[in-house]
Amino acid sequence: MTATTRKIAWEAMEEQVERPPLTPGQLAWRRFRRHKMAMVGVGLLVAIILYVTLGPLIYSEDYANRTDLSVRLAPPSAAHPFGTDGTGRDILARTIYGGQISVLIGVLAVGVALTVGTLVGALSGYYGGAIDAVLMRFTEAMLNIPRLFLLILLAKFLGGKIPTFKTLGRTFSGSVVVIIGVIGMTSWMYLARIVRANFLSIKEQEFVTAARAIGSRDRTIILEHILPNSIAPIVVAATLGVAGAIISEAYVSFLGMGVQPPTATWGNMLDQAYSHLSTEPWMWFFPGILIVLTVLAINFVGDGLRDALDPRALAQSE
Amino acid sequence: MTRYVVRRLLQAIPQLFIISVVLFVLANTMGDPLASFGGRRRIRSEDRARLRRRLGLDKPVMVQYVIWLVGNDWMQVDVDGDGVADQRGTRRGVLRGDFGTSFMEGRPVLEIIRERLGNTLLLMLTAEAVILIFSLAIGMYSALRQYSVLDYVFTTFSFVGYSMPIFWLALLLMYLFAVNFKRWGLPHFPTVGMYDLAKGKTVGQVLWHMALPVATISIMSIANYSRFVRSQMLEVINQDYIRTAHAKGLPKRMVVLEHALKNASLPLVTLVGLDLPLLVSGAVVTESIFAWPGMGRLFWDAAKDTDVPVLMGILLIISTLVVIFQIITDVAYTYLDPRIRYD
Repeated sequence: MTATTRKIAWEAMEEQVERPPLTPGQLAWRRFRRHKMAMVGVGLLVAIILYVTLGPLIYSEDYANRTDLSVRLAPPSAAHPFGTDGTGRDILARTIYGGQISVLIGVLAVGVALTVGTLVGALSGYYGGAIDAVLMRFTEAMLNIPRLFLLILLAKFLGGKIPTFKTLGRTFSGSVVVIIGVIGMTSWMYLARIVRANFLSIKEQEFVTAARAIGSRDRTIILEHILPNSIAPIVVAATLGVAGAIISEAYVSFLGMGVQPPTATWGNMLDQAYSHLSTEPWMWFFPGILIVLTVLAINFVGDGLRDALDPRALAQSE
Repeated sequence: MTRYVVRRLLQAIPQLFIISVVLFVLANTMGDPLASFGGRRRIRSEDRARLRRRLGLDKPVMVQYVIWLVGNDWMQVDVDGDGVADQRGTRRGVLRGDFGTSFMEGRPVLEIIRERLGNTLLLMLTAEAVILIFSLAIGMYSALRQYSVLDYVFTTFSFVGYSMPIFWLALLLMYLFAVNFKRWGLPHFPTVGMYDLAKGKTVGQVLWHMALPVATISIMSIANYSRFVRSQMLEVINQDYIRTAHAKGLPKRMVVLEHALKNASLPLVTLVGLDLPLLVSGAVVTESIFAWPGMGRLFWDAAKDTDVPVLMGILLIISTLVVIFQIITDVAYTYLDPRIRYD
């Protein structure tokens, strides 16, 4: 061992002695911070959240929904930076309010998927046997139906069954709830499989046996012992799921079965896109690019989270 | 091996049963198939009742499912609505190859699907070939020239490509290569259909019309798979047997193509097999946008009209293909990688 390496080794030891050991959370945060793409993603995401939250200070929702036929299909200008749509509504203002709904749909749909997926996965992985067989066959069956088919069928099935309602000082079309449910119900399957796999391996560990030995109920073991230990892959899958849900909203809306106007979403701003493809490109370009940027940012963050929370996966992929 | 295949095939039966029940219930309750009957004319309520009876829509969903599955030619059917069964049914059920008749067109579902199936397969198989060639080439290049400028370009491209809704990508491609190329006087791609009606259905015409739809379907998968190939390749080229191959003096080309690529591309087989449903979804959107006369577009039209027999026909055929394709994937994998054994 040369003098320099000895010195470096000594300094490393010194560092260890001086600082208290880092908690797993701190370690994960450190790995996450070093992940360049993840930091770019966080920056982009913050920018988009500011865009949809601070935007309303400049444009009111009434303005976003106001039609003015004298300026319909106007190209981008000083008065309307993103141009106007077929009924003269300002596209910039609509992307702000549409963004709120799109992001909301993304997050809540993942909430639905998380609830269903975790429940199915946990029951299946913990109890095994007949419950596992039935639930997993059902999960596989759902996975084998191309997702868009399910989205279209469910959207048509539930469409128009929930009336318009008011909350948080805004009026929401009932179709917002329908879309959240539809996307949630078609995206829980991967989560269920991940949770199940985690439960299968964790339930064999000693601390679970110990918990069972002191008489903990199944409910306690599932919720307080196993679930917190499998939270990392769930967080990663849920993050990436938000990106998927935002894209799904766009698909359903593009096919004309999404959120109904006047409530704007990035997706339903695109549903007239096809007929304005060549003559009014601003109508589909701006909502689309916002979807791409948001999804890109979330994917970056999700990637960073995976590397930060699961160092073993990182070691395998490098 | 034979036992494994038989077991998988037997497992596929309950799976397809679950799929068909879920889809049938959804398809039959999602709307009123009679809503678009008769165009603008109002249908009298007794006609409506007669139509419902003739189409078998007056029965509970589960009874309809049984009839759809095994037919009704073994039982007496009430034709005139007086509550007395008076005649044998004519449907033979899906299990005996009768997919019913389209509500809208009045033709057998299988006949309608057969006309479209070829067009979809043409699109999908071409796309699959393009996907494999490009993702292998890009992934291999990125791995061998890790951290080079092009590697970064491909990485960026793959992240962006993966984040795009497929229909938006289609619009972008159309806008650039069809609309603007035309404006600039360059040779431009067509945006709709399979061939120019004036020029007829020639191989050249179909290929020319296929370019944009195939690109649309492929780009997202290429973005995804090329990353996968890259990481697999990086893992393989650092292994001992590759160093041995180099050490014994094999030309680099040989080492990469013969030794590394083979092992690195194996897991891709599973990925391609599992992603088939995703590709099908992409095809639905792409066919709708580019007016490609395939099954995806047929599905979309049938969904709008609530044409249940056609919907169920397409869904069942696609689901069966997906399930069978997965079994083939798993079996193919054991041939490609003898280390894997299913017992």
